[in-house]
Amino acid sequence: MADIATYLLTGLGLVFFIAGTVGLIRFPDQFSRLHALTKGDNLGLGFIALGVAFQTDTWAQVAMLVLIWGLALLAAGTVAPLVARAALTESRKP
Amino acid sequence: MSLVLDIALCALILGVGLATVAGHGVFRAVIFFITYGLLLAIGWARLGAYDVALAEAAISAGLTGVLLLAAHGRLRRLSAAEEAPLRRNLPAALIATGVALALGWAWFALPDPAAPDLTAALPQSGVGNPVTAVLLNFRAWDTLLEAIILLAALIGLWMLARDRAWNEPLGLQYHARAGGVMASFGRVLPPIGLIFGVYLVWAGAETTGGAFQGGTVLAAVCLVSLMAGVLPAPRIAQTAWRAALVFGPGVFLLSGVAGAIFAQGFLALPPALAKPAIVTIEAALTLSIAVTLVLLVIGPPDDGGQDA
Repeated sequence: MADIATYLLTGLGLVFFIAGTVGLIRFPDQFSRLHALTKGDNLGLGFIALGVAFQTDTWAQVAMLVLIWGLALLAAGTVAPLVARAALTESRKP
Repeated sequence: MSLVLDIALCALILGVGLATVAGHGVFRAVIFFITYGLLLAIGWARLGAYDVALAEAAISAGLTGVLLLAAHGRLRRLSAAEEAPLRRNLPAALIATGVALALGWAWFALPDPAAPDLTAALPQSGVGNPVTAVLLNFRAWDTLLEAIILLAALIGLWMLARDRAWNEPLGLQYHARAGGVMASFGRVLPPIGLIFGVYLVWAGAETTGGAFQGGTVLAAVCLVSLMAGVLPAPRIAQTAWRAALVFGPGVFLLSGVAGAIFAQGFLALPPALAKPAIVTIEAALTLSIAVTLVLLVIGPPDDGGQDA
């Protein structure tokens, strides 16, 4: 039962990662590429962490997975606006 | 299943390594180098060498990557980044291939190294992590010299500063909007990073971790605070920063001299005192490593002037 949940959830996570990567390659400009990458990867990592959580033995390990996802979200959520602002400044330069 | 994973990992490492050296463009090479370091870290973790994996991820991928990015940014600001077109350099290719072949031959020709058995010596070292025991007790010489080399690298970097810029704040001026994402990140991340960095140093005595890994995490925390404007930019003349730079090597040297006077020799630790001595040296080294790495990344004092 736990194994099936892991397969389903990590599989779903991979779909999101693939969607994010396709967006990164196919989208026309930096802002939509960032959009695809951050949304897709954050959700993908969340689903993978959730899937792996079904394989843990203790709640401490679950807490660590939540911490990993939370920190990745924090970093991605911070970096994406910074990259976007840098791109905006660059594009306004004569 | 894990064989497939390992083969895919090896293929990725080789492919990304090739892309690093063979691709066009400095920026692209730097990004591939960072990816290469992260993949190598996963490789070390697959081999069970978690200490090396941590060091690889933190120092090679993270810190060296940031240093290379900073160097690229500096080149671009000096408009010196026009890249020479890639030319075929046959002699260099021949020499590199020859070195690779010779190294490969040496690897197969050498007898299998008999790893020294640490199980008998480990209880004497004062710590439970064999890597820490080697780094700070059995082969403390190497670590002491590494700490001093870091310091020498920083002094070399500072020599790039121009005289009139010497008293300026180090590095570029960072602009973080008050209440913006960077400013909030600079307040949210440091508490977490501080706990993690100190934990890595403390845990290094018994399990995975150590002064270099912990110091790199602490350096990252300090850099984020500097970029977010939470900490004022350091200056070369500030005594506190200078003291932090030499504190670690100083404590290490003093303990080495104390070993020469009171124990068997320079850098020798008597088993009874080994654990507190190692923890003290590691704590002092961590501070100095962190500060040195921070100052290496933010670079020499920069008054924004262009090279003539």
